[in-house]
Amino acid sequence: MLEIIKTLINGFGENLRIFVLTLLMAIPLGLIITFGSMTKFRPIRWLTRVFVWIIRGTPLMLQLFVVLYAPGLLFNMPMRNRIVATLVAFVINYAAYFSEIYRGGIESIPKGQYEAGQVLGMTRRQIFFKVVLLQVIKRITPSMGNEVITLVKDTALSRVIGVAEIIMVAERYTKQGLIGPLFSTGLYFLLFNGLLTLLLGWIERRMDYFRA
Amino acid sequence: MAILEVNNLGKSFGATEVLKDISFSLEKGESLAIIGSSGSGKTTLLRCLNFLETPNCGSIRVNGEVIFDSARAFDNLPPMVRRKSWGPGIVLDLNRFFAALLNGGMSPEAIRRNRLHFGLVFQSFNLFPQYTAFQNVVLASELLAKERPDYKANKKAILDDIHEKGRALLASVGLAAKADNYPHQLSGGQQQRVASARALALNPDILCFDEPTSALDPELTGEVLNVIRSLAARNTTMIIVTHEMQFARQVADNVMFMDSGVVIEYGRAADVIDNPSQERTKRFLENYTNN
Ligand SMILES: Nc1ncnc2c1ncn2[C@@H]1O[C@H](COP(=O)(O)OP(=O)(O)O)[C@@H](O)[C@H]1O
Ligand SMILES: [Mg+2]
Repeated sequence: MLEIIKTLINGFGENLRIFVLTLLMAIPLGLIITFGSMTKFRPIRWLTRVFVWIIRGTPLMLQLFVVLYAPGLLFNMPMRNRIVATLVAFVINYAAYFSEIYRGGIESIPKGQYEAGQVLGMTRRQIFFKVVLLQVIKRITPSMGNEVITLVKDTALSRVIGVAEIIMVAERYTKQGLIGPLFSTGLYFLLFNGLLTLLLGWIERRMDYFRA
Repeated sequence: MAILEVNNLGKSFGATEVLKDISFSLEKGESLAIIGSSGSGKTTLLRCLNFLETPNCGSIRVNGEVIFDSARAFDNLPPMVRRKSWGPGIVLDLNRFFAALLNGGMSPEAIRRNRLHFGLVFQSFNLFPQYTAFQNVVLASELLAKERPDYKANKKAILDDIHEKGRALLASVGLAAKADNYPHQLSGGQQQRVASARALALNPDILCFDEPTSALDPELTGEVLNVIRSLAARNTTMIIVTHEMQFARQVADNVMFMDSGVVIEYGRAADVIDNPSQERTKRFLENYTNN
């Protein structure tokens, strides 16, 4: 019994590792994609939007396979590390989603906020970081929270390319006739997402002091 | 010498000509009220002075210095051709170059510098919601101070100065007690006064108000007009777009009546409002007294 729990916790550690690393990289990468999709330079804007369309329009599971196999097939450089392949696919996928949330948030800020900064002699950079950014963060926190919770569950998809995450290790017990461990994995996800929900609520309350 | 001279200013949005051949001047310490029906181009004129719009033609001078001239627009394009190396920086330069082309030949730095001659209080205030009244007033000064060469050495003294001035400004608009309130905790009239203090913080040569009372409940207009009245008493150079004729008559030195993007009449406030010389001005003012 204890042995099983230890194995499951180890497996869930793999899920958490993918979760944390994906978030850390996808949050800034998403911002870069946002700038691409909002630039006045049309070719870049067009390319970025096609890219986002492809990433959001195809299954993440398929993207995992592509990242795992494409380097070997195309460049004869097989991807050996399954975790790296998972991270590449997850970061690109989530950065694309985040970029659209950021874009919606940035576009929802009234023009008057930018103009007020301009007439006060602020630079574009100052207006973005000192005036607009916190208002955007406040507006997008609920949608980002949704995505973050989805990401926790999506980490289980990495099993399709052979990452030993919690559901994969739990499934091994079914071959010994034990179904309990597999079903119990749900508790791990529930518990972690419960903590995340509390954290997200706390972040939202931290920004309650102003209206935007 | 006039502090502000506007000559033959024109602005079109696509095919619609919104400002046509606007010329006027304003002496230092005087105030100008702009009146005219809605859609006559008053806001657009203020936006051109503050470089939120680029005029299509004409010139703007402040203290004799040309800060905009459509005829000389391309004299000060960013140095593209004179660059010494052709590294990746060329992309940024190209970007600045085209940005300047779009902005009537002015680089972003030039626009930013020129803007500081003017202050603008927006019709809808546009306070920054995540900052307190006090922070709204001092933010721009703090950011600007960072560009001073002696900032690092005298940081504390410089910031203390800015903060003291910010508190004094809030007190001067009667809001010392509301310094730590966020905009959503303030009434419309209080927000409007914070916005005025914020615009004054950078010591603009000319302060512009766009319909300062039009977004307010009638019982709140008095407190805002009183602030502007006291600014006028201290000889602040101001341009005030307003529909309050009696206020314009009492407070402003000059009045300009605009119609369909044209200056119909410009003169001393009492003359224009009590004895308009143009037929259109008469009709506009009659409509006002009748309502
Ligand atoms: N960005 C814009 N694009 C197109 N038309 C505009 C724009 N801004 C203002 N206008 C038009 O210019 C005219 C003058 O507008 P405005 O300067 O706001 O007038 P006022 O402030 O006197 O009411 C109006 O007909 C308005 O529709
Ligand atoms: Mg207007």
